[in-house]
Order: sequence, then C-alpha cells, then structure tokens
Amino acid sequence: MTPFLEVSGVSKRFGGVQAVSDVSFTLRRGAIKAVIGPNGAGKTTLFNMVSGFSTPDRGAITFAGRPIHGLQPHEVAARGISRTFQNIRLFARMTALENVMVGRHLRSRAGFLAGLLDLSWSRREAAAVRAAALEVMAFLGIEGLADAEATSLAYGQQRAVELARALAAGPELVLLDEPAAGLNMRETRDLARLITRVRDQGATVLLVEHDMSLVMEICDEVLVLASGEKIAEADPGTVQRDPQVIKVYLGEEEAC
Amino acid sequence: MRLHRQGQVGIFVVGAVALQLALVAAGKGFLLTQLTMAAYYTLAVLGISLLMGYAGQISLGHAGFFAVGGYTSALLTTFDLGPQRARPLVSALEQAGLLVARADGYGGEVLAVHPVAAALCAVALAMALALAVGVPVLRLKGHYLAMATLGIGTIVYSVVLGTSWLGSADGIAGVPPFPLPGGASVGGRAGGRVVNYYVAVLLLSAAMLGLLNLVQARVGRALRAIHGAEDAAGAMGVDTARLKLGTFVLSAALAAVAGVFLTHYNGGIGPSEASTMKSVKYMAIVAVGGMGSLWGTLGMSLALNFLSLRGTFGVFDDAVFGLSLVAIMLFAPEGLLALEPRRALAALRERLGGAGEAPR
Amino acid sequence: MAELFFQYLMAGLTYGMIYAVVGMGFNIIYNATGVINFAQGEFVMLGGMIAVTLAGLMPLPLAILLAVLATMVVGALVELLFIRWLAGPSVLRMIIITVGVSILIREAALLTWGQGVRALPYFTGSEVTSLSIGGARMSPQVLWALGACSAMVALTTAFFRWSSTGKQMRACASNRTAAALCGLPTRNLVTASFVLSAGMGALAGCVVSPITYTRYDIGTGLAIKGFTVAILGGLGSSLAAVTAGLVLGVLEAFAVSVLPSAYKDAVSIAVLLAILFLRPTGLFAARVAYRP
Repeated sequence: MTPFLEVSGVSKRFGGVQAVSDVSFTLRRGAIKAVIGPNGAGKTTLFNMVSGFSTPDRGAITFAGRPIHGLQPHEVAARGISRTFQNIRLFARMTALENVMVGRHLRSRAGFLAGLLDLSWSRREAAAVRAAALEVMAFLGIEGLADAEATSLAYGQQRAVELARALAAGPELVLLDEPAAGLNMRETRDLARLITRVRDQGATVLLVEHDMSLVMEICDEVLVLASGEKIAEADPGTVQRDPQVIKVYLGEEEAC
Repeated sequence: MRLHRQGQVGIFVVGAVALQLALVAAGKGFLLTQLTMAAYYTLAVLGISLLMGYAGQISLGHAGFFAVGGYTSALLTTFDLGPQRARPLVSALEQAGLLVARADGYGGEVLAVHPVAAALCAVALAMALALAVGVPVLRLKGHYLAMATLGIGTIVYSVVLGTSWLGSADGIAGVPPFPLPGGASVGGRAGGRVVNYYVAVLLLSAAMLGLLNLVQARVGRALRAIHGAEDAAGAMGVDTARLKLGTFVLSAALAAVAGVFLTHYNGGIGPSEASTMKSVKYMAIVAVGGMGSLWGTLGMSLALNFLSLRGTFGVFDDAVFGLSLVAIMLFAPEGLLALEPRRALAALRERLGGAGEAPR
Repeated sequence: MAELFFQYLMAGLTYGMIYAVVGMGFNIIYNATGVINFAQGEFVMLGGMIAVTLAGLMPLPLAILLAVLATMVVGALVELLFIRWLAGPSVLRMIIITVGVSILIREAALLTWGQGVRALPYFTGSEVTSLSIGGARMSPQVLWALGACSAMVALTTAFFRWSSTGKQMRACASNRTAAALCGLPTRNLVTASFVLSAGMGALAGCVVSPITYTRYDIGTGLAIKGFTVAILGGLGSSLAAVTAGLVLGVLEAFAVSVLPSAYKDAVSIAVLLAILFLRPTGLFAARVAYRP
C-alpha cells in the first residue's frame, strides 16, 4: 500500500549547519504522528520542507504518490496539505473570520473581474465561503470570535483561529507546528480532543511537539529527531522506553 | 454590505454635484477645470493605493504607465496617416471606422486613429508593459522592487524626452477631444467644462466602486492576507506571485486610463507626466491618505492635486510632497486620518527621550 | 579612430569611478543599517555645489575640504533626524523616507543655488590643458578624478579591514544585537557609516565637477547608477564595486556613441533591470545585514 506521506533520505544544510541529515519516514492515512526531539533537532526544517517553504538538498518527499519536494507553498496547499506555524502567523488587520475565510481560498474561484464587478455568482460563492468558515470555527468552538480583530485575541484563541484557518480548506494532511506551545494543562487537553476529532473527520495529522503528555495521549506513532538525524520511529510506548531517546532527553525538563 | 459600498459612492456623487452647483453659483466655475484634472490624477493614485496599501508593493515608476497611456493615445490620434491613404491596410482601417478624418485647425485634414480605438490600444499597451515588466519585477523584494520600478519609470521618461516623434521636450499637442455618447466629449472648448467635470466624477466613481468591491471580495482578502503575512498566505494556497501581478496590471491600467483622459482633456501631453517626481507625488498622496484606505486616498488626492494644480505651493511644490512623504512616514505611517494625536504625541516624546543618548 | 575610442574610454572610466564611489557608499550604509539610502547621489551633488560656492572665497583645496566636511555633517544629520529614532520600520517605510529625504535635499539645493550648472575650476591647468598619454590627449583632471577615487577605494578597504573602527562597523553590520551586546556603540557606528558615505560621495563630486559639471538635480541619476553598481559588484569586495562601476561607465560611454545622448540614463537602467531580472535574489544574497 502506498504510504500517504513518504519522506525519503531528505537532507538540508544551512551554511555551516546540517539541519536535517538523511531523514526518512512514512505516514499512513488517518494516523496522528508526532515529530519530537530536543531544540535544534531539525523538526521545523523538516516541516518547512514538507510544506514547501524549503527545498531539500537531497532526498524526496511524496504525498499520495506524487512528489511534492520543491513545490511552492501554495502548490503544496493545492495538493491538500495545510499547516500552522510555530509563531502564530495570523493575518493582521483582518478579523478572525476573514482569516479563516482565506483558508478557503483554494475552494473558491472568484478572480479580479468578478471581484471588481461584484458579479452575483461571486457573491454567492463568498457567502458559501463565509458559511463554511463559520462552520469550521463552530467545530472548534470559537464562532463567537468571528468579528474580532485576529491579532488582538488572547494567545490561546489565536492558536484556535490559526487551526481553524488550516482546517478551513478541508485538507487531507494537517501539519501542526507546536500547537500546544504556550497552552496550559486544560487547554492542552482540549487541544488533544480537538486533534483527535480532526482525525476522526478524515484528516491525517503530523505534528511537531514538545509536550510529551499530548504526544503520548493522542499519537499513533512518534518520530524522534536529534541533531538532524532520525533516532527512533515507533509507537509512543516503545519510543518512551528506547535507550537512545532517553539519552537524548536526559536532563531535559518535560513541558508541563 | 453591498448597499453600504454603493451608498458610499452615492454620497460621493451627491457631494460632487453639490460642489459643482455651489462653485458655479459662486461664480467660481473655473475651478472645475482643476478639479476635473485632479479627478483624473486620482484615478492613477487609486491604483497605487491598491498596489501599495493592499498588496504591499511599492512602485516608484507609476507615472510611466500614466505616460504610456497618454502618449499612446496622443500619438495615435495625431499621427496623420493621410499620405498613406492609398495603402490597403490604411484604407481598410478607415472603412472599419477605426481611422477618422478631421480638420486639424490649420485648414488641413488629418487622418488619424479614432480616439476610442486609440484609448483601447493605449490601455492595452500599458497593461502589456505591466505584465512584461511585472513578472520579473514582482519577484523582487523591497529595495530591488523599488529600484526596478524607479528604473522603469526613468526609462519611460528618457524615451519620451529623447524621441523626436514623441515630441521630445515639447510633448505632443493637438490631441482631439474624446467623443462620448450624446454628443459630449472630453476636452474641447471651455463650454464643456461642467460636462467634463461630470464625466470625470462618473469615471472616478465607477473606479472607486470597482475597487471597493474588489477589496471585499476573495481577491481583496487574499491581497490583505499577503500584506499581513505573506508566507502564511502562501501556505493557505494563495498564489502570491499571480495576485501581485494582477494588482500591478490593474493599477497600471488605471494609470493609463487616467493618462488617456487627461491627455484628451488638455489636448496634449508632455514628458513631465512621466517624471520620477510625478511618481513620487502619487506615492506621497497614498501615504498621506492612508495606505489601507481607499476613501482617505481619494480625498487626499483630490485635495492635494487640486492645490498643486492651482499653484498653491508655488515653487515649493516638489518640496511639499517630499516633506509630506518624510513627515508621514516618520510620524503617521498609517496615514494622516489614522492619526491619533494624543498617542502620536506620546510616542514622539518617548522617542525624543530615547534618542537623546550618546552625542556625536 | 583609436583616439576617439580612447576618449570614450576615459570618459567612461571617469564616470565609472563616480558610480563606483556612490555604489560603495550604498554598500557601507546598507551593510550597517539594511537601508538603501536613496539620497546617496545627493551627497555627490552637495560636495560639488558647496565646493563651488566656497571656491570663490578661499583656496581650492580648503574649499574642497570644507565641502566634504559639510556634506559629512549633512550625512550625520540625515541619519540622526530620519533613521536613528525609527524603531524597526518596514522596508517600505524606509524606502519612502529616504526618497523623501533625497527630494528635500534636492529642493533645498534648488532654492540655494538655482537651476544653473556649476563647475569647480580645474585643479591643475584649465579646460584646454591636456596631457598626451599613449598618443591620445586627455585632461589632467581625469587623472585627479581617477586618482582620488582610487585612493578612496583603497583607504576604505584598508579602513574596514585593518582599523578597529572599521572592524567594529563590520561587526555591527553583520549582527547588530551581538555587536551591541559586545559593548560596541552601534548607534554611533551607524551614524559613522552615513558620515563616511557622505564624505566619499562629496569628494567624488568635487573631483569630477570640472569635467562633468554639477547641477542641483544630478543626484537621482547617480543614485540609480550607484545602486546598479552596488548590486552588480556585490557587497563583500570594494574591488568588485569598482570594477562594476568602471564597466558600467564604459558601457554607458560607448552606448552614447551610437544612441542619442538622451538615452544615456536608459542604458544603465537597462543594465540594472537586466541584473535584477536575471538574478532575482540580488547579489546582496552573499551577506545579509539585518536589524534586530
């Protein structure tokens, strides 16, 4: 069976630093997989390569059988992959709803001419986009924030809006970059439930995380990176007991 | 939502009508001339407002597109093809109505392109240029983009200034009026002053409505997203390169239309319309009016252009625009209208305190 | 025929040296601040204009010295008034500000000196003096220009490589936060970069004034060409900037021999656009100076 996402022998160097070194892994459809590792392990670089923000120096990335390495971010998005960002990248000077509506960009067509002339079909389309965006926000329980200016919201709410935006296009694969960063225990538990629901709706989830409780609770598989190399890939329980992994984490405090 | 926008434009039109009636009643009808010209310049400025304020792209050479529009229609409507009449292509065009004969004011006859056809060519040429130039230029960021657009504007200026059949330093004169339905025309005798004013107002209102629509539509949202966080916009599937190009071409088209109509209105065009200073003026107005605000830009543009055309700034004209650019960028980068006096003063005091360290 | 070729070549080299100096000025400021100083060309103009005014009152060398110093003060003022106190401005804002500043300087020059063309007297001899080198004739002023500019290039290179202030400026350009943490006076180093660029530009303006004349509006064209040189030659090496400047100057001179002179500016812009289009990441990619 073709794996959903396949990363093979991917490497990336920045100047004097080998950020990612010959990393390979697969992700099967419907799974929730986490990429963990100490700081500087290359997790975000890996993410950036999968989402088109960076091109691997070597290796290949295929999604649903087609290569996606080297594609532009918007082309990767068009293949059905969506992402959030480690440092929340919401659109400034736009409301939360508008932010989520941009998430639906690929599911709508109206261009310059339709926009200038305010054609009726484009108005209908815009209404549909609005409704879909509100639906996603309702799914995450934040529909009440719709008209608030996105960047003025509380941190946890901004994270939720960004997640809604990523989900708005109905992606097949969702990349979450440290979704629990800055969240307290309760919020993290809510997030865990949310991610599981997202998967139950049919998406596949790949996340970068430091919060071990979240990872252990919801992930089917865990990939461990250290200094740009893969050191383990298995289910959470096995990974937890892996001596290599323990060594890499020894002395590190777990995120609360 | 829709009515809201149309309502705003409606109010604008009503205001324009009221202004015209008031001016004529006060015996100052001659001011309508400069207002009409200011309105045409505002068309170009609105295009830049979209480009700078929504797509976040700078263009230091937009006067070049204005000039391409104006010069093309001027050249086409004044170049006498009479001597070539016998040629098959020329006579075919004349049969098709694309060429018209008219008296040239010296008792002779000129066979030139019909103003409407010329206008279409002019705008198409400007858009083609924007497309050709935009593809490589918009890949550039920040300074490179600014310099490239500055360079393009300067090339257009050098070309019109240095080419004899474009009139060199004198430009092109004798441009016929632009015919409109109902016997009216843009340009021509002073008696058409009021009609011309309304033509300009209508054109401006239509453009404004279109832009207001666009900003609320999918494209507008995507543009604002690009401006807000370009990488995230890309991650959401927004083809940033294509959208920036589309905005660039649209703004070039608006500048070209402005150039065409102003040329017909004035009966001619000169190389100063392509100068860098003109481009900078457009930019200064957008900055002052507020980069994200179409109405703010419109208001500022009408006011500042009108004052400039009236000669209110005298010999300090360029200096005023230069100074306003600097002042706005230092103190009110969101535009004058977004300024909150108390907050700005507090920020000013804070900065002066902080910058007062280490003397030279 | 060979003589004509030589004339064009010398003209090209002369202008080229100016472009190179302006380009270096761009680099110095960009390195230190990440700002492209659109007003760079105005420093050249100011140097020439001020020197012309002073030359009527005092011996030429003194006039030039004071003109250079005055322009350096202007450079410092520009930095202090417009650049220093901005906290993390966007690129767009900085561009607009420096464009505005260049306009202000130009308009002030117009008000002070009018539209007329000015020129410094020839340093040695007059406009009819000519040296015969290799069978071709050229004005000794050309040698002054080439000499002065070469000296500036050599001195600045040495300054950045060996002097402690120069190294501090490089550190500041490379990583401002780190430099500040090391106790370097980053704000003053930035001002110094403006002062240095202004001084260089002014001196260049003085040495070519007898040949190329000075007018209130020569700044913009120089800025465009200097920028072309800056990105053509790249950041790291002054030698590359000089080479690029000379190439551009010579290209321009020979182009003018076949094209109408009104297209002169268009030639260098075409070169600029060609570079920008063919190398969209720009040649600055080699070294990135960023503001925290």
